[in-house]
Amino acid sequence: MSSTKAQQKGLWSRLQAGSIEQLHVRLESLIVLLALCALMSVLSPFFLSVSNFMNILLATSTIGVLAIAATFVIGAGGLDLSLGSVMGLSGVVGAYVGVTMGLPAPLAVLACIAAGALAGFVNGTIITRAFVPAFIVTLGMLGIARGIALVISDGRVIYGLPSAMVFIGQGRPFGIPMPVIIFVVTAFIMHCLLAYTRFGRHTLAIGDSENAARSAGIAVDWQRRLLYTLSGALAGLAGLLFAARINAGDPTAGLTYELTAITAAIIGGTNLFGGRGSILGTMVGALIMGVLQNGLNLLAVQSYYQQMAIGAVLILAVFIDQYQVRKETRV
Amino acid sequence: MSLLEVSGIEKSFGAVSVLHGVDFSADAGEVVGLVGDNGAGKSTLMKIITGIYTADAGAITLGGEPLMHLSPGERRAMGIEMIYQDLALARQQDVASNIFLGREPVRSILGIPFVDRAMMKAQAQQMIDRLGANLPAINRNVGSFSGGQQQTVAIARALTFDPKVVIMDEPTAALAVREVQGVLDLIRQLKEQGITTVLISHRLNDVLSVTDRIVVLRHGTAAANLVTAETDMAEVVSAIVGGAGMPDAAAHEARG
Repeated sequence: MSSTKAQQKGLWSRLQAGSIEQLHVRLESLIVLLALCALMSVLSPFFLSVSNFMNILLATSTIGVLAIAATFVIGAGGLDLSLGSVMGLSGVVGAYVGVTMGLPAPLAVLACIAAGALAGFVNGTIITRAFVPAFIVTLGMLGIARGIALVISDGRVIYGLPSAMVFIGQGRPFGIPMPVIIFVVTAFIMHCLLAYTRFGRHTLAIGDSENAARSAGIAVDWQRRLLYTLSGALAGLAGLLFAARINAGDPTAGLTYELTAITAAIIGGTNLFGGRGSILGTMVGALIMGVLQNGLNLLAVQSYYQQMAIGAVLILAVFIDQYQVRKETRV
Repeated sequence: MSLLEVSGIEKSFGAVSVLHGVDFSADAGEVVGLVGDNGAGKSTLMKIITGIYTADAGAITLGGEPLMHLSPGERRAMGIEMIYQDLALARQQDVASNIFLGREPVRSILGIPFVDRAMMKAQAQQMIDRLGANLPAINRNVGSFSGGQQQTVAIARALTFDPKVVIMDEPTAALAVREVQGVLDLIRQLKEQGITTVLISHRLNDVLSVTDRIVVLRHGTAAANLVTAETDMAEVVSAIVGGAGMPDAAAHEARG
């Protein structure tokens, strides 16, 4: 090996390490995000503008909140496939409480999040108590939550939410859309929770080696149940943001959103098999998905192709991740 | 009364009875070897002591205090540490995270307890230095280390919180010759500090050279309790295999 090559490798590794240490973000995903932005600004004259940037953030806010949930659960070595369905269910429950039952907006807001948390708690309890794999439990919940949403709403969209609730989706204090504000604040809090608290460190330890976590005295099952409950509550928040934005509880809201959310988490550096993940990384991943979708929209690419693009990106991201893990870790 | 008293431990996994009425004890500062054939129940017994497994019957006390009802975390807090054969490390986390796993120090910011990374790193480095160990970098993921280096991290984790009893499950099985000597020296150091060590090992030479007493498990009971200074390879091997085929086995071990 020539010395220049070794030095280059050293600089690159140092940059990689620094990026993860200081920003909790993988350098590669930051570069992909910037490259994607550069590409889109060349391809479309509409891409580089403040209003389009706000559009991207607004579109990313719902997916971003789901991706935070995915990061926690996948980081702990689990999986939550019910994110999109639970999001849809929560929006419908909120609309049902606020419109059909005519209760005040704060109760409707609370109902959204509580419905999500309850679905997550059921997931977590079955996974930890009945020893059914997370893949199966949350796949089952994907169907159950969607079904309940359709039953509650009788298959119809519930329109006309209380105005205080609509403000959450459509308000623009200081010109910034409310969902973006809520998304950013949530991301900040969840980042601190995952990166700097014992709960967060234990989450990743459980995903890394359940055996190690157990022998270290961590209450693994209890924490798992909490994590799925948190995941459900975040899906509830995403459901609230979405319903409030479209001013309606739509039982089909969030269809296939788990695909995008999980992709965003994986692109952001979450290890599919647990043990590694950060919310800031996931935010970069969510922005990559947001920019990709926004760019394809601006370029007038049919949405059918966008689904294909997202699926392909997911497989590619996991491939790159596994390649890195194999390179870095001795088994 | 010994520091660690284990009596009448029974344990079955489904229809398979692994331990039926094991008694075991260790004094403060004593080094006890625990030997036996594969499947004799050595690791199961130790995991019952640390609380990873729950015994079907029996009692365990540490310094006279019963601990059967305590969780693994609470038993660690009382001073029982175990270095597992598979090391039980979180390979994608760095050295400090592994050493402090489950016991992270926190400091309060705005009333919220945040993990004190700086303190963790400093104390982890101190512990590694005290062990005289050579790790490439403390902020690297443990999974990128060699087997011996990973072993060092597992040992550091067991020793950081002033343990009373350290259980080592095959600590030398995967190590190079020089590293084996390091572990044996460490056990002697622990003895000087009054720390009790339980050494599970198949390497009878190691066991004979470092222990005070050797307990032999056979068919789920403590078949023999030998004072190391008064026994020899032949007697230990005989107790492990139960008489039959003894001369051949002993001759083989003596060569190894």
